[in-house]
Amino acid sequence: MKNSHFWRKTKSALASAASFVCALLVIAPLALVFLHLLRSGASAVNWSFFTELPKPVGVAGGGMVNAIAGSFELLGLAALVGVPVGVFGGVYLAEYGTVRGNWLLRFVADVLNGVPSIIWGVVVYGLVVLRFKSFSAYAGGLALGFIMIPLIMRTTEEVLLLVPAGYREASLALGISRWKTIVHIVMKTALKGIVTAILLALARVAGETAPLLFTAFGNRFWNHDLSEPIAALPLQIFSYAISPYDDWHRQAWAGALVLVVTIFFVNILVRFLTRERVARVL
Amino acid sequence: MAPPSGLGDKVFKWFTLAMALAVVALVFLVGWQLARGSSLAIRRFGFHFLATSTWDPVAEQFGALPFIYGTAISSLIALIISVPLSIATAVYLTELAPLWIRQPIVSLIEMLAAIPSVILGLWGIFVMIPWLRDHPFPFLKKIFGWTPFFSGPIYGVSMLAGGIIIAVMILPIITSVSREILRSVPNLQREAAYALGATRWEVTRIAVLSYAKKGLFGAVILGLGRALGETMAVTMVIGNTPQIRASLFAPGYTLASVIANEFTEATTDVYLQALFEIGLVLFGITILANLLAQLLLKTMGSTIKSGAVQ
Repeated sequence: MKNSHFWRKTKSALASAASFVCALLVIAPLALVFLHLLRSGASAVNWSFFTELPKPVGVAGGGMVNAIAGSFELLGLAALVGVPVGVFGGVYLAEYGTVRGNWLLRFVADVLNGVPSIIWGVVVYGLVVLRFKSFSAYAGGLALGFIMIPLIMRTTEEVLLLVPAGYREASLALGISRWKTIVHIVMKTALKGIVTAILLALARVAGETAPLLFTAFGNRFWNHDLSEPIAALPLQIFSYAISPYDDWHRQAWAGALVLVVTIFFVNILVRFLTRERVARVL
Repeated sequence: MAPPSGLGDKVFKWFTLAMALAVVALVFLVGWQLARGSSLAIRRFGFHFLATSTWDPVAEQFGALPFIYGTAISSLIALIISVPLSIATAVYLTELAPLWIRQPIVSLIEMLAAIPSVILGLWGIFVMIPWLRDHPFPFLKKIFGWTPFFSGPIYGVSMLAGGIIIAVMILPIITSVSREILRSVPNLQREAAYALGATRWEVTRIAVLSYAKKGLFGAVILGLGRALGETMAVTMVIGNTPQIRASLFAPGYTLASVIANEFTEATTDVYLQALFEIGLVLFGITILANLLAQLLLKTMGSTIKSGAVQ
């Protein structure tokens, strides 16, 4: 009989099994990509990878030290843009904003979050590169910084809201002005969460390639001037991946392994460091 | 002692307000830059830009139709693959899975979301494409070769490969947003259905999924927004050929990947302007998708963070 208890139980079990298989399929790409990264990348990661400049075509060996340094420089520049705007924007949302105004600001921030990263590259190209007639580290950092703003703003708001209202009231009751209360009590209490938000945003933009293609542009040599094109790890991986040389492919795998391990490390570290309460909102 | 509403307070409040308004300013900045950068092309090509399919930088003829087509089809393929998988996984994680297994799977999905697009593309070029070319594609051709969608020569790089790699990229976001949606379904819904003697699956289907329909649709549209703008991984596997072919084995091109590939090669003003206009089109459709998604998610009455997974 179609509606018997047995049939209904079987259907339920089948649905559980099918959805379990779907869950496995969703995480399968992670395993496939990561295992292949380990296999192809590990053999190419060596001392010279971290210490040498890229070699010309046809010369074996060389490394990506300039790209690794360049990525850190770009992240530093991005943080200069993204951190103050994001953190204090988040402070406004958590501490001052009206219900309706906040709804709108959050809405805009979330929509902004969905803007494709390549669009930021185009915008910064028009804004900086065309004006100063040169690809530059500044342009790349600005593009990454723009991407970080909505990310940091939303998470900062969430961690500030975790600070109990009693802290604010106690401070205000002592006659301490509101802004000092926010900076010295609320933000200090939530400092760990704010740092986490910043680190996660940095880990997110560290792998971005599209916004750097025509802002930072890439560079095969050392760059000592931030108004000049600069190398970045994701850019280097991209240009090596689409090149026709086997040795460059190996380098691309090595770069990819280093990048992914760094990003995973930051992600795991912040989740390990933050308490359960903060971890839940991030 | 400072009075409660001294100068410092006013300055700080206005300062933070200015920072918060930066998100609004950024939306206008993007729109303004893209419109300014493409004004000549818009005037010169008008609506023909969206409706013609010749992309010839040498003759300065620019039509964006092949890219619009490529973006639409590759995103569609991605949704067809990833929506059932993601929603089933979200259901599994909130309704059906044993408690101890939920957090590990969630963490793994977050790790998948953290893999940069360019690395997925690298894997796509050297692992996925050769495999697809040798096994699933010939198989599909043998079975469905009589339809126009699976006919023609197999190169490996193709619209279908582009769609598959986008699917991998958007699996985590659809899964995690759907999971948040399902978690926001009140437990009373479930308890009521259990009280009527429903099995676990019946509870999920009747009490949970039908309740969360709108939010799940929002999650899918959010995924679509990401799919439309996905750049690096697609660029590396789709073949980058501006053509409109029915066959999914044929190479294609998307709005995002033509910008990525040709922007630095644009030697003439018109060429650059045309690429800016492509950017404007891409910005327009992703903003629309995201507006719709956020409206659906926010009116679900839950506190969904679209930033939960990037």
